[in-house]
Amino acid sequence: MKILKSFGYLLGLPLILLTWWWLATSGAPNFFVPTPAKLVTTFIETWFGERMLTDVLPSIMRLVVGVLAAIVLGIVLGLAVGLNRTLRAVTEPVFEFFRALPPPVLVPVLMLLVGINDGMKVAVIISGCIWPVLLNTIEGVRSIDPVQNETSRSYGITGFSRIRYQILPSATPTIMAGVRQALSIGLILMVISEMFASSSGLGFTIVQFQRSFAVPEMWSGIVVLGLIGVALSFIFQWVQRRVLRWYHGLKEVENAV
Amino acid sequence: MQSENPTSHQGGRTLPEGEALLSVRNLKKVYHTDAGDIEAVRNLTFDLGSGELVCLVGPSGSGKTTLLKCIAGLLNSTSGEVLLDGQKVTGPPKKMAVVFQEYGRSLFPWLRVAENVELPLKNAGVPKEERKRLVAEALEAVGLDHVPRSYPWQLSGGMQQRVAIARAVAYQPEVLLMDEPFAAVDAQTRADLEDLIRSVWKKLGVTVLFVTHDIDESIYLGERVIILSSSPTIVQEDIVIDLPAERDQLETRSLPRFTELRHHVYAEIQKAKQGHRPEEAITMVAK
Repeated sequence: MKILKSFGYLLGLPLILLTWWWLATSGAPNFFVPTPAKLVTTFIETWFGERMLTDVLPSIMRLVVGVLAAIVLGIVLGLAVGLNRTLRAVTEPVFEFFRALPPPVLVPVLMLLVGINDGMKVAVIISGCIWPVLLNTIEGVRSIDPVQNETSRSYGITGFSRIRYQILPSATPTIMAGVRQALSIGLILMVISEMFASSSGLGFTIVQFQRSFAVPEMWSGIVVLGLIGVALSFIFQWVQRRVLRWYHGLKEVENAV
Repeated sequence: MQSENPTSHQGGRTLPEGEALLSVRNLKKVYHTDAGDIEAVRNLTFDLGSGELVCLVGPSGSGKTTLLKCIAGLLNSTSGEVLLDGQKVTGPPKKMAVVFQEYGRSLFPWLRVAENVELPLKNAGVPKEERKRLVAEALEAVGLDHVPRSYPWQLSGGMQQRVAIARAVAYQPEVLLMDEPFAAVDAQTRADLEDLIRSVWKKLGVTVLFVTHDIDESIYLGERVIILSSSPTIVQEDIVIDLPAERDQLETRSLPRFTELRHHVYAEIQKAKQGHRPEEAITMVAK
């Protein structure tokens, strides 16, 4: 009964939306909006074949490489800046400026600097995803509890050990919030970086379909993007549950008091 | 006999050179703030012999925590020095462990109970087998050997402070510093923890410096009580607690001698609050 109920919550709204879509499109056919059945067949025909290898997987690879690089760079830089007051004072205004730049405007610049290749697309993704991770890491490191610091010092936990045993775990909740933002920015930038001067990838293919009036194919590409987004979100939640189990437990206890 | 004053020293008691484990000499701490200098500790001198259990008691705001942090090497003193085994303390020494008042913030919430106790040993490079043994012994000593896999925040306040004590004990320090460790736990838990400190002290022969604002607690726990003046702090008096070694929450606290000592310490702290300074300390400062 309980399982049935949770299934109801999970699938209820999607089913209503699907029915609505089916009813809206079955009466008077619209060239720009395909019926659900048409979309499903197009989806399978379009993506379960060569395109999986030439467009979908390369896009996902660039996304994964870009996001992972941004996370690692953001955390390393964030630790350095967060732990050093002088460095923080010097870098903070600069960071605010670069963070304010919309990453898509960097596409033409990076095309010139890096060239039109995978490196450019990964660079675009990094340039946008690094900021939430970097700024959240700085914040997480800065707001560390002074009693925890004194505990570490009095037990001789200093230098690299302190980063490993105290600072990183303590900043993880804040860092994870930054990673979550980085994931959605990454997906957007993956598509945008492929819309300029590209010959493969999901962004390129969707624009291509649109320009050649392959409307159901275009819609099916959007579905692929949605599915990638959902998959990323599930992976993130899975990782978060493992990494931050202590944090959620602690919050639950604190809220209960 | 019963009305006799406690054996006391004006100023802190010192030991002949070479006999003290921990020496505090003319310690002074001034905080420099935008609003001007604040003299938290004026001049403190006292010694701790090996294996002593000494309580530091003083009115609130008397710089007790400042003093403890200077001894622990967490704060630099403005002048004067702290010596451990004849070595000047410049940073947190390896032979010292600190138990903080804020147990909830001092334990790492991402580590389980046993991992919290193990961390300082792991960091110090103690071999795994040895670590396991030390952690198990420490948890047993504080009566927590049944919850090694719990997280600290799943435990009650008193149990969390036990974990912090176990962590300090497992570190095998020569000196155990405790900064009002029981100020945030309820009265019944507090009594249990006081007895725990006595038993750990007896079993391990560790030297304990216990800071508290609670007069009864200082007398019940200590073999010796150092009374601090109000800020700027000097040693008001240093008295020996001549109560029987076996202490019991009911028996000891109802002894006439306990009441006498309590009266004495209370009166001294009242004097301290009114700004009274012992002669010797004043001349010491003047020098």
